[in-house]
Amino acid sequence: MAGSEVLINAESLTKKYGDFVAVDNIGFQVYKGECCGFLGPNGAGKTTAIKTIHCVLPLTSGKLTVAGMNVSEKPREIKKMIGVTPQEDNLDPDFSVITNLLVYARYFDIQKAEALKRAEALLKFFQLEGKKDVIIDELSTGMKRRLILARALVNEPKILLLDEPTTGLDPQARHLIWDKIRDLRKQGVTIILTTHYMDEAAELCDRTLIMDNGKIIEEGKPSELVKKHIGEEVLEVDYDEKVMKTLQEEFPEARLEVLGDRIRVFTIQPHGVFETFLRDFPSKGATIRNANLEDVFLKLTGRQLKE
Amino acid sequence: MKVAEIASLFKLPELTYRVWKVWQRDFDVFMKTWKVNFFPPLLEPIFYLVAMGYGLGSFVQPIEGLPYIQFIAPALISISIMYSSFFECTYGSFVRMYFQKTFDAIIATPISIEEVIAGELLWGATRSIISSTIVLAVVAAFGLISNPLFILIPLVAFLGGLMFSSMAMVFTSLAPNIDFFNYPGFLFITPMFLLSGTFFPLTSLPPFMQVFAKAFLPLTHVVDLSRGLIIGNLESSLLISLVWIATVTPIFFVLSINMMKRKLIK
Repeated sequence: MAGSEVLINAESLTKKYGDFVAVDNIGFQVYKGECCGFLGPNGAGKTTAIKTIHCVLPLTSGKLTVAGMNVSEKPREIKKMIGVTPQEDNLDPDFSVITNLLVYARYFDIQKAEALKRAEALLKFFQLEGKKDVIIDELSTGMKRRLILARALVNEPKILLLDEPTTGLDPQARHLIWDKIRDLRKQGVTIILTTHYMDEAAELCDRTLIMDNGKIIEEGKPSELVKKHIGEEVLEVDYDEKVMKTLQEEFPEARLEVLGDRIRVFTIQPHGVFETFLRDFPSKGATIRNANLEDVFLKLTGRQLKE
Repeated sequence: MKVAEIASLFKLPELTYRVWKVWQRDFDVFMKTWKVNFFPPLLEPIFYLVAMGYGLGSFVQPIEGLPYIQFIAPALISISIMYSSFFECTYGSFVRMYFQKTFDAIIATPISIEEVIAGELLWGATRSIISSTIVLAVVAAFGLISNPLFILIPLVAFLGGLMFSSMAMVFTSLAPNIDFFNYPGFLFITPMFLLSGTFFPLTSLPPFMQVFAKAFLPLTHVVDLSRGLIIGNLESSLLISLVWIATVTPIFFVLSINMMKRKLIK
């Protein structure tokens, strides 16, 4: 389980590309053994933050340490203990599935016999044994993602950086990857995850940081964030002026959001208030659902497209 | 550009044994398809020797006392040194860097970007050794080697290959896309192919062009060295060529690594 030992510590971390500030003076901690999610719209600075942690991007200013080591002083030592799955597929298309793992192991100075042992075990863990000698181009997207994750584990990392590990996958492949991530967490691997899927973050993360425009705008446990910003339930009804008025009178403290032809009512009032309301004012197309992390995300980062 | 910026382009990179891991990766890929890779350097010199050596050569007077086919044989070796390393570190490296994201994958491991590029450069030089050795064998099979000094050709190939790799990598660091390489191809490689004392002696050129070739066309010096070693004609001019290559290579080696680093690590 997640402890209180700080494994990654960022202070006033800033990264600029020319005049563009990708990461703007942020501070955060990642604790040993936790799964920490970095959420945010495209361009929020998540990937940039991840890349500074595994020492491929130099900082513009600020201080970042991993296991007590400064990223600008000990990049090799830090990279040795980290496994990365990048957003873009960068498997080596010149090699077969198993050779990808073996060549990657060689970059880490892992002896051949040991590398082979690990590669076989990883292929089994990710259900890729049958594809061992297949060339990368012939793999499906889901298999490629699994292989990238397998490759990230070849050096038996203490920290895993997963940059959108399930983007573009079908539900089966997604759930398989989730299972594996949970397994790894149980084994004590510290995980940092970026994702656009709020259900994924809610499912996997002990704690999330929400980023927007290069800043961290909120952080906390997914369930606590939902409670704090949205409440317990959300009411959705078809738009109608009369209904709207009634809602405003009935829930003066609530936030009403009109999106297309639906009204959404967010209230911090306890469980059950909507049910009572609907009994008295049956409204067309009414549904009550649990508040979720996506509601929090949209509330905090806005609904307009970011790019 | 400020002075400090220029100075940073010539900063000596920190390199460790990990350079060889990158080299090994490229070597492994090469060996996977070695049959395809061995064919061009084997066939091309045969075509040239037959067409130009026998065909064209029958109309050409001996040059510097050499039959035409013997005159061009060392040039073919030198051209293979140039082509294999230059194309490896332009098109080859660009594909690995840009399309395959191989460099991105490698720098996520304890290997640094400087080591990745140095490994690529050494691999380019290795390709020169492999290709030129095959051409050398063809030339020998045609009975065109008259001196045991030919044994030093792989050394020339390594030096020349490293030089052309480094120059190629500078172009790669400047390339916005892969079509860009048409420019150095037509403006640098083709003039060298024709004007470096390859198919006719430099002395046939107007004096200012001779000076230009010696000062700015690196292939001139590779041809000089190869011809000297194959014929066994060791003149003092060979030392100049050796010094020229030994001076230019480290400069471009360091420059190309720093320029690639600047391109890839923002």
